[in-house]
Amino acid sequence: MKKSVFLGTLTAAGVIAGAAAAATLDDVKARGKLNCGVTTGLVGFAAPDANGNWQGFDVGLCRAVAAAVLGDPDAVEFVPTTGKTRFTALASGEIDMLARNTTWTFSRDNDLKFEFTGINYYDGQGFMVPKELGVTSAKELDGATVCIQTGTTTELNLADFFRSNNMNYEPVPIETNAEAQQQYLAGACDVYTTDASGLAATRATFETPGDHVVLPEIISKEPLGPLVRHGDNEWGDIVRWTLNALIAAEELGISSANVADMAGSAGDNPEINRILGTEGNLGEMIGLEADWAVKAIQAGGNYGELFEKNIGENTPIGLSRGLNAQWTDGGLLYSPPFR
Amino acid sequence: MSDTHAQTVGYVRETFIPEQAPPHAVTGPVKWLRENLFPSWFYGILTIVSVLFIFYVLSIFLPWLTGGVWDAANIRECREIFAGDSAGCFAVLTERWHQLLFGFSYPQHAYWRPTLALILLAVAVAPVLFSNLPRGMLAFTALYPFIAFYLVWGGTILIPLVALAGVIGGYLVYAQLVDRSLVGGLIAGVVAAAVIWWLGGFVTAEMPNLLALEAVPSRDMGGFMLNMILGVVCVSLSLPIGILLALGRQSSLPIIKWICVVFIEFVRGVPLITLLFVANVVLAYFLPPGTNFDLILRVIIMITLFASAYIAEVIRGGLAALPRGQYEAADSLGLDYAQSMRLIILPQALKISIPGIVNVAVGLFKDTTLVSIISMFDLVGMIRGPILASTDWNGVYWELFGFAALLFFVVCYGISQYSQWLERKLATDHR
Repeated sequence: MKKSVFLGTLTAAGVIAGAAAAATLDDVKARGKLNCGVTTGLVGFAAPDANGNWQGFDVGLCRAVAAAVLGDPDAVEFVPTTGKTRFTALASGEIDMLARNTTWTFSRDNDLKFEFTGINYYDGQGFMVPKELGVTSAKELDGATVCIQTGTTTELNLADFFRSNNMNYEPVPIETNAEAQQQYLAGACDVYTTDASGLAATRATFETPGDHVVLPEIISKEPLGPLVRHGDNEWGDIVRWTLNALIAAEELGISSANVADMAGSAGDNPEINRILGTEGNLGEMIGLEADWAVKAIQAGGNYGELFEKNIGENTPIGLSRGLNAQWTDGGLLYSPPFR
Repeated sequence: MSDTHAQTVGYVRETFIPEQAPPHAVTGPVKWLRENLFPSWFYGILTIVSVLFIFYVLSIFLPWLTGGVWDAANIRECREIFAGDSAGCFAVLTERWHQLLFGFSYPQHAYWRPTLALILLAVAVAPVLFSNLPRGMLAFTALYPFIAFYLVWGGTILIPLVALAGVIGGYLVYAQLVDRSLVGGLIAGVVAAAVIWWLGGFVTAEMPNLLALEAVPSRDMGGFMLNMILGVVCVSLSLPIGILLALGRQSSLPIIKWICVVFIEFVRGVPLITLLFVANVVLAYFLPPGTNFDLILRVIIMITLFASAYIAEVIRGGLAALPRGQYEAADSLGLDYAQSMRLIILPQALKISIPGIVNVAVGLFKDTTLVSIISMFDLVGMIRGPILASTDWNGVYWELFGFAALLFFVVCYGISQYSQWLERKLATDHR
């Protein structure tokens, strides 16, 4: 292999590993590419297509950040990470940001020294049952056999839920999601429980998805969001406000179709003008071009467009907006004002 | 005598009865059936049950195979075409075969490069595997690593040339000095090679485009190509290292012996997956940020260490199996250590070790799929990650994993057949 690289590494290893927390923004600009950590593949959230181009909901966020910072949504080096390698990749500086449906928890934020820059998907643990059972609510599941992945927080959540509702259940422990699909379809259990987005994706692969229903109850909180390293607040702000710009764009009716027109000249709505850079100097404050948000929105559309294109009701996954609707529509998406 | 006979026996045949064909029941297919399939009622029942079972499996498998759909855009279209039948959705192979073989980010117009490298690999290993081929072909074998690197990774041709120059320069220096001192020659050779590489680094930096193929970074390698790269490189590196370790473990010099013992026992006591995590995750903490120590190189080092520890133990078994007389015979001929090992001990010990070495090689080749755990997209990684995670193909399991199993089976069965042929060829014990 490359011996020169090997020798170079040995030399470089002698240099003290300091100056790691230098400005990520400058590094990204100098490199001309954003290193974005994604999953090795999760239906609807990140996966390369037949031509090797990454597609998905998390991928859309990476592209938006790349567009805001570098002006090019394709200037992204997607670094696939597994559940075990993702945090090391971020901590060691191999990636600039991680958009890998990662749950925001106390220990990850504080103990692992990461900064979650927002929530792009509100997930939670749900239940799926065959339609023929006639169950319409998780409260009617007393005495059910439940397929459950062992060693996960879902197992604990399930126990809590049934105990607090004074119900009994019989767990069928299984190892992987694929095994769960088989067991559930074979009738080894009445109910399959995991994260709601995972349930929807699993259900979408069934031959007859219509025979199965996902119950309305969500029994745990799984806020998924992008994260960056501690210690570079400017970079964290860029990722945070890019996500906020996508959310605010949907709220204010800015989409990839009309963003070019709206950014052409200042309109009547001052907040839209501030986001799109036709008024004020928000871009300068965040250290980017004035039209950073325009480029981010052009990359893949606003939050709603990304959702509809990758995981929404018209895709095979068919997730409804639910908690992920705008606060004006009864959801939890609530971007702080651009002022 | 004959008189007595004539009185006691009434009739003596004086001619032979002409030979007759054996009865039907003990000849031809009937005999074969009786002996092999129905020698007793118990085996007869077993035979019938087995035939029924094979028929049952085939009656499911063959329609699934022959009725499969090869042309569809996604799994939902497949299911529409089946209309309730169970058949294989092989359209996923039609659409993603190139990703399964080369990974998803290797440039498609450059697929000829790894393919050519694979064909040349066959040419390069042929003289090593078959001793009746002309020995001159070994020169190509020696050049092959550099050619393959140039083809697969691309970049300027100067990089493999400088690497080659370093190896040759180092060898020349070693050959000059080895008569005076083996260790001195080795050290001087390594230093000379390092100097040439270091100086060559400036040359390659000056002319990055000389005869350059499009450079492909390591993280773009994937698919079965990655398994082949890891398997071939690691097996061919771990064999010599394993031999050295096995000899070192038998050495009478305590320091060498204990270094080898500790290395072998430590590496064998650690799961391969742990070593891979070390390669991927832990090294990232020790290296300064920004340095990008090639991930494939890290993985190759770890797998090679792992495999060479196992091969060392297999060869040690071969060494131990040789009668003590062979060692004494070598000594009594006045051969020194290197000569006796090269001429008498190792040829016999390696021959005994062939099944074990092949076992390790086959296992190692299959173990290369473990790299999918550290987010490298080898064949299994491609299936488990990108392909099963696309909304088009989520739910296609049998077809994809069957394809992967087929590829691995072809290679591993080939290795196994070669080793059996080699054992027969080397057999000298007149069995």
